[in-house]
Amino acid sequence: MIDPVALFLLLLSASTPILFAALGELVVERAGVLNLGVEGMMIVGALSGFATAYYSGDAFLGFAVAALAGALVALPFAILTQFLMSNQVASGLALTLFGLGLAALFGKPVEGVRAPIMSVGPLGLNWIVWLGLAMVPAVWWFLNRSRAGLILRGVGENHDAAHALGYDVRRVRLAAIAFGGAMAGIGGAFISVATVLQWTEGMTAGAGWIALAIVVFSNWTAVGVLAGAWLFGGVTVLQLRLQAAGVRVPVQLLSMAPYLATIIVLVAISARQKFSRRAGGAAPGSLGQDFHALR
Amino acid sequence: MIRLVPRTETSAFWQIATPVMAVAATMLAGGLLFAIMGYDPVSAIRTIFWDPLFGPAAGYSRQQLLVKAAPLILIASGLAVGFRAGIWNIGAEGQYIIGAITGAAVALAAYPAPEMWIFPAMVVAGALGGWAWGMIPALLRNWFGASEILVSLMLVYVAQRIAAWMAFGPMKNPEGFGMPGSRNLQQYPAASNPELIAGTGAHWGVVAAAAAVLATWFLMSRHIRGFHIRAAGTAPRAARFAGVKPETLVAFCLGLSGALAGMAGLFEVAGPAGQITDKVGVGYGFTAIIVAFLGRLHPVGILLAGLLLALTYIGGELAQLTMNLPAATVQVFQGMLLFFLLGFDLLTRYRLTRRVTA
Repeated sequence: MIDPVALFLLLLSASTPILFAALGELVVERAGVLNLGVEGMMIVGALSGFATAYYSGDAFLGFAVAALAGALVALPFAILTQFLMSNQVASGLALTLFGLGLAALFGKPVEGVRAPIMSVGPLGLNWIVWLGLAMVPAVWWFLNRSRAGLILRGVGENHDAAHALGYDVRRVRLAAIAFGGAMAGIGGAFISVATVLQWTEGMTAGAGWIALAIVVFSNWTAVGVLAGAWLFGGVTVLQLRLQAAGVRVPVQLLSMAPYLATIIVLVAISARQKFSRRAGGAAPGSLGQDFHALR
Repeated sequence: MIRLVPRTETSAFWQIATPVMAVAATMLAGGLLFAIMGYDPVSAIRTIFWDPLFGPAAGYSRQQLLVKAAPLILIASGLAVGFRAGIWNIGAEGQYIIGAITGAAVALAAYPAPEMWIFPAMVVAGALGGWAWGMIPALLRNWFGASEILVSLMLVYVAQRIAAWMAFGPMKNPEGFGMPGSRNLQQYPAASNPELIAGTGAHWGVVAAAAAVLATWFLMSRHIRGFHIRAAGTAPRAARFAGVKPETLVAFCLGLSGALAGMAGLFEVAGPAGQITDKVGVGYGFTAIIVAFLGRLHPVGILLAGLLLALTYIGGELAQLTMNLPAATVQVFQGMLLFFLLGFDLLTRYRLTRRVTA
């Protein structure tokens, strides 16, 4: 039999990359920006974190560099959407394509090498897993209890009103985008440095897109993001268990499970939001819209 | 201080000038990247953009131009229609893969029958497969309000795994000595998609791409549905009041782009690729998004943009061979191109004026 506690610990690890990326994207979307570049920022984080960990021998340094790289690679997206009024959907896609290419290009030298072993924290879990769990209340507190979070939500809900009140909409959004990039970078690095222990091209395999879906699923709350990440982690662990147990279903079909689960969850939650009173659920009012101050 | 003043109408001049500027800027930034990586920037840029057309091996690479451009143009034509209406199908890669599979399924089922109807039936099956895969996000959006962006993208990963399953399971070549991958359709005359005019690289996909350019041009500028699509994209509320049903447009746009992507997949698997493997999807579905934007969502623009991006593919391969540049260079180029294009796009919608300080 499978030990339920061990299974839950596996679930915590499996959900960590998505948890980081989705918490970051949550803050970005609450600021009114839709960044579809999560996948690109994650893969850049995965490579830079892995390369740093490999060359320095220090995995934690890898995560720090991954956060920095994730924030940096989001910079073109930030400039495009905040200063050049570019369409956010297209700019986010461009960021994903660019990030995937960039990581593939610079990842050649570290192909086939292994990451250094990380020291583990309580319950044999990686420290980064604990950091991710700690980020949930931190983000919740920031969004709901801090003054800066209130301003950020105001900017996301109605950027014209926030601007009229004298808040710098762009600055808030630039900071949010950088935070989202850093979180996605850490999430990506968790895959390469702490899970797979290797670098392979395209290794994030859609995790960034799943994170985007989980933000919708969360109804734009930090606790909802945690629930979504755990749900996803659960499906992943279950799928791997079934593979290991030698179930008579082709491996390729089993490995579809996380993606299909994401679609099903997305559909269920969208339906609830559609048929509930407030159309679009708790989506921020200015989400995805250009902000151009005439004065 | 520079100030942005919104234009009442998009500038026709900048509409055409900005893609050219974006390409130029990409070459410059790309050159810089090569210099950082320790390659000679001038010869790298020449190898990618010039040699495939006019270099010593141009005879071969010019043929490849149409082979690579056809799927890009075919897919981008469909995507652009949806993008015009604000319907974001970014899962064309998945529709391409499914089209390749359903199309190839007809051939593999009919093997080794020599009849003439097989290839046309494959094209229809490929289009239907892509259409069906595109209708999944369409219906989920119409019925439940699920984001077509995320659903269509998730379905890419699902499609990739179906392709892998097919290549290792149901479609595996029984005479393939245990190797994964289906029978090679190039060796099955009734099902293959051969070069139509020797030396040009033109196969049926090229014909279909040309037809798609014409058909989408007609649709968007001469047909009432095209008018509805443009109306829904620029003024959704007004379009709604005019009786345009958003649900109909979602189904139409995702279905159309899915069908075209599916056909592109079929032409590829019956022609240049030859067989179903776990690597049927080579990224055309994603690159086609760049083609659609670079071509300004206009059929003629897409034609030119498709040829240009095909050139970067071929140039990238050439640079891989002659200069040992990594294959991913092209991907970075394509990403940068989209960045620059979106950035310069500002000029079509805003006027830059010097702020007069009183």
